Amino acid sequence: MKARALSLTIPLIAPALLAVIWVILARQIGNQVILPGIEQVADLLGHPTEDLISMGSLISNVLVSLVRVIMGYAIAALVAIPLGIVMGYYGFIFKFFNGFLNLFRPIPPLAWVPLVMAWFGISSLATVVGLETGQMYIYLNNIKFSMLFIIFIGAFYPILTSTIHGVRNINTTLIDSARVLGASEYQIFMKVLIPASMPSIITGMRIGLGIAWMCLVSAEMLPGSLSGIGYMITHAFTLASTDIVIAGMISIGVVGASMDMVFRRIEHKKFSWRRQAR
Amino acid sequence: MTQQNVIIEIEKLSKEYSTERGESFLAIDNINLKIQENSFTCIVGPSGCGKSTILRIAAGLEKATSGTVHYRSDPVTKPCGEIGLVFQEYSLFPWLSVIDNVAAGLDFAGVEKEKRDEEATRHLRMVNMLDFKDAYPHELSGGMRQRVAIARALANDPDVLLMDEPFGALDAHTRILLQQELLKVWELTRKTIVLVTHSVDEAIFLADKILIMASRPGRIRNSLEVNIERPRSRAIPEFGKMTDYILKELEYSM
Repeated sequence: MKARALSLTIPLIAPALLAVIWVILARQIGNQVILPGIEQVADLLGHPTEDLISMGSLISNVLVSLVRVIMGYAIAALVAIPLGIVMGYYGFIFKFFNGFLNLFRPIPPLAWVPLVMAWFGISSLATVVGLETGQMYIYLNNIKFSMLFIIFIGAFYPILTSTIHGVRNINTTLIDSARVLGASEYQIFMKVLIPASMPSIITGMRIGLGIAWMCLVSAEMLPGSLSGIGYMITHAFTLASTDIVIAGMISIGVVGASMDMVFRRIEHKKFSWRRQAR
Repeated sequence: MTQQNVIIEIEKLSKEYSTERGESFLAIDNINLKIQENSFTCIVGPSGCGKSTILRIAAGLEKATSGTVHYRSDPVTKPCGEIGLVFQEYSLFPWLSVIDNVAAGLDFAGVEKEKRDEEATRHLRMVNMLDFKDAYPHELSGGMRQRVAIARALANDPDVLLMDEPFGALDAHTRILLQQELLKVWELTRKTIVLVTHSVDEAIFLADKILIMASRPGRIRNSLEVNIERPRSRAIPEFGKMTDYILKELEYSM
């Protein structure tokens, strides 16, 4: 019982220390813009549905950001996973794509911004659907192609790399076994390559989601962005509302960590066979 | 023994590999052999003599450089349901339970779930693994895994069962136990079995006929019938004499 209490307490010590230092520093500095009090930020986080300086509420901005990330990320996963599987399995497809993809890999997602703006401007899902007014327009107009693209680039490479890695590390005996048991090429993909590389794919998806979430702020700083947690932070900064900046940063951290935890759970629960298998 | 049909016929089979430095290497050279239906054949040879290569070609997993393999009258060019292969280890799908592993071949063939499970259950019972049907491969010992691998190959109901050192990674005691069980399964199902091993003892204990291979390049050096009545005892003089003879043959072929 005592050990359990201790193991639950240890992770809390560092954040508690940070809070104490924050309180002391805020009192010493005494300047809202440099470091607002902890109670102000806590108050903002405690009332997430309140409208903040006409930028919408904290929660609605977080939700808008989440929708963007999930869309860009889903597209990245839908492209990267099948591509990674065929690249991992067929040597010639790997050779065909690898050099080309490696050329783009070192380019930070942010460096794409000018080009992406030239391509997509401020066009959004609303542009495609042809809406120009109404509530639906407001929703769809939040999903800008430029943003999706930046998020896509961020998530694409980690997912691709770990999918290729996962497929290449499959024990060939498993593939041979499936062949001898009568599996068709399609069945080998669906029933051997995908499940066997799934643990590695999930790890890539976890890393990819983390990076996609990080790319979000830069994507939301793009012109035409009028919502989202990244927009909220940059806009609050121009208004010298440092408390909102910090509340926004904390929200980003909490959401990112929660998503990561979900993936870790899946890794742990579904793929215990990988840790022990051999 | 009555005159039986030839089920597998290998003619002038050779396989050449090329190394990364561009040299070529003859793994097996001009192999000719006939496997009788319902017989138990063991292939013994030093490691690297290409005995596994013969099985892989016969299973349709690899292409021969020259020569042919025929199953009944059809040439073997790709894996088919009639020829099963059991590997040395790591062949079970780690993400599937034991019963789903055994049913995998039937799943590939599109057999419906109920029928699959019924067949898998029957074969798991045959190898005494029914109690572990819901376990995962990583929870089993090496011997148990091989039992499941054998059940899986049999569940597909192949005509011929090829076994590539199936007990090679097991400890001596488990190995002897599984040899006895394999014989029981063989007597029950009367499959044609071709088993590759580097253990002379295993070959004499199991086989009707033993093929002795030599290496570099891999070729068949000699073959002999084992006319010891089953169940065979390792304690009788014939067993010892035959062991001695084969070991000498292998020594020459190194």
